Amino acid sequence: MKLINKRRRFLRDALALTGAVTLGGCDKLSETDWAPKVLGSATALSHAAQRALSRDAMAREYSEADISPVFRPNGSTDPQSPEYRALAANGFRDYRLNVGGLVAHPVSLSLEQLRALPNRTQITRHDCVEGWSVIGKWTGVQLSRVLEMAQPTKAARYVVFRCYDAMDDGSEYYESLGFDDAYHPQTLLAWELNGKTLPIPNGAPLRLRVPRQLGYKMAKYLRRIDLVDSFKSVEGGQGGYWEDQGYQWYAGI
Amino acid sequence: MASIPEDAIHRQPETAEPPSPRLVRRVVYRHTLPLRIMHWINAICLLILLGSGLQIFNAHPALYWGQRSTFDRPWLSLGATQTRDGKLHGVTAIGSHRFHTTGWFGVSKVNGQSTVRGFPAWATIPGPQWLAMGRAWHFFFAWIFVINGVCFVAYALWTRHLTRDLVPTRRDWRGIGRSIIDHALLRHPHGEEAARYNVLQRLAYLIVIFFFGGGVVLMGLAMSPRMDSVLGWLVDLVGGRQSARSIHFLFAMGFIAFFLIHIFEVIVTGVGNNLRSIITGRYAINAEARDETHQ
Repeated sequence: MKLINKRRRFLRDALALTGAVTLGGCDKLSETDWAPKVLGSATALSHAAQRALSRDAMAREYSEADISPVFRPNGSTDPQSPEYRALAANGFRDYRLNVGGLVAHPVSLSLEQLRALPNRTQITRHDCVEGWSVIGKWTGVQLSRVLEMAQPTKAARYVVFRCYDAMDDGSEYYESLGFDDAYHPQTLLAWELNGKTLPIPNGAPLRLRVPRQLGYKMAKYLRRIDLVDSFKSVEGGQGGYWEDQGYQWYAGI
Repeated sequence: MASIPEDAIHRQPETAEPPSPRLVRRVVYRHTLPLRIMHWINAICLLILLGSGLQIFNAHPALYWGQRSTFDRPWLSLGATQTRDGKLHGVTAIGSHRFHTTGWFGVSKVNGQSTVRGFPAWATIPGPQWLAMGRAWHFFFAWIFVINGVCFVAYALWTRHLTRDLVPTRRDWRGIGRSIIDHALLRHPHGEEAARYNVLQRLAYLIVIFFFGGGVVLMGLAMSPRMDSVLGWLVDLVGGRQSARSIHFLFAMGFIAFFLIHIFEVIVTGVGNNLRSIITGRYAINAEARDETHQ
């Protein structure tokens, strides 16, 4: 009987300890250098699995009736840099999108030139990493067309988007995509939302649309596009402003 | 707990007075090693998925039905209001019903400070508001949960654990009425009957494993913008991506309900015996001696 009691006590203690270690331990582990790396390794698996399962499949396109009454802006909604203010004051007439880095032909395009390219309109859903969704109608040029003009060199592997909006830490927003997403037919450089010129809170004059990923990938206030072989040397090295804060580079989930 | 009749507890094996001479304490091997390992992997996964899931929920503590968020009309929201004196009040709204839930939902203490947050810090992984880290925990353990679940189903089919132990027999179905009454009165099977799962237990396990488990994973996938490019049918089936998020949450609540009942049953049917059986596999029953068997 004594042995049973001892065993019982051991089992109870073991269980209590397991519980405490699991819950309290998660906080401590989150602060280490190695645990988040181990946890983050699952993203590579998710990316590989989702790429294999969905390949180039198209994001669902909705009807006019599904459009959200307000396309909720998030993150920066009104960049304050003098450079951006000056562009905005002039209705973005002086705006130019520069495409450079590892390309055969660096390109510099005005909004007018961008609009003259074959364009695409799509009603797609925007999923924020926070959990909410809004639906909007976007018009723009497929990123692939602009990349074809610039002709990335063989060494290029990622497309980096630099933006005009300064974040809390003073750095400017940036993002990056791999070529599979960059060349996807629904990946747009958009200048129109719901049939109107893109408003400033939503990223005027030009923003990225990548409907198969989460909102933070869809950089607003685009300044320039750079083709690179690695984003390790760009800003924090994780491929994007939020990625540098610990968010996953692959945001398909 | 006060409503548990004293004698219901005292009737349990091991805590009862020494078995009468006609009863023989017999130890059966109840859970095989692979099942025990998978049970505990699953338990840890669920605990972490729940905590990290609530952390993710807290980033936007409101739920909607449909494809998109109808921000002014969530069906569930854990929000906060501030009175004139600056005090924060947690308000949980379900449809048009509003409940004051300060301390629990909407507003709770973080390091002694009243803070606006959906679920309280003790329930989330990590404790502080940290969406990126919550997602890291969630997706890592989601993979382990899925792999473990697939292993379980394969094993359960291979060893016939599923058909032999989990699917109710015809006799089980006939006795379901009595089993419901027995459970309500905390009257639990004894002797040889305790060695097998009873009908409500079988149904509970089947529903939790296949409906909740399968459902929570599918609804998780239906929230992925990338997976939606091939799972559009599933998203539409449940009414949209925001519906999928709501149902994902409801399945998680279902797991909590199961967990509470599971723990309760473990306690009332003998903590020591149950814990030993899920750790070492050995489960004691008080069986009637062979020569004394009767109907």
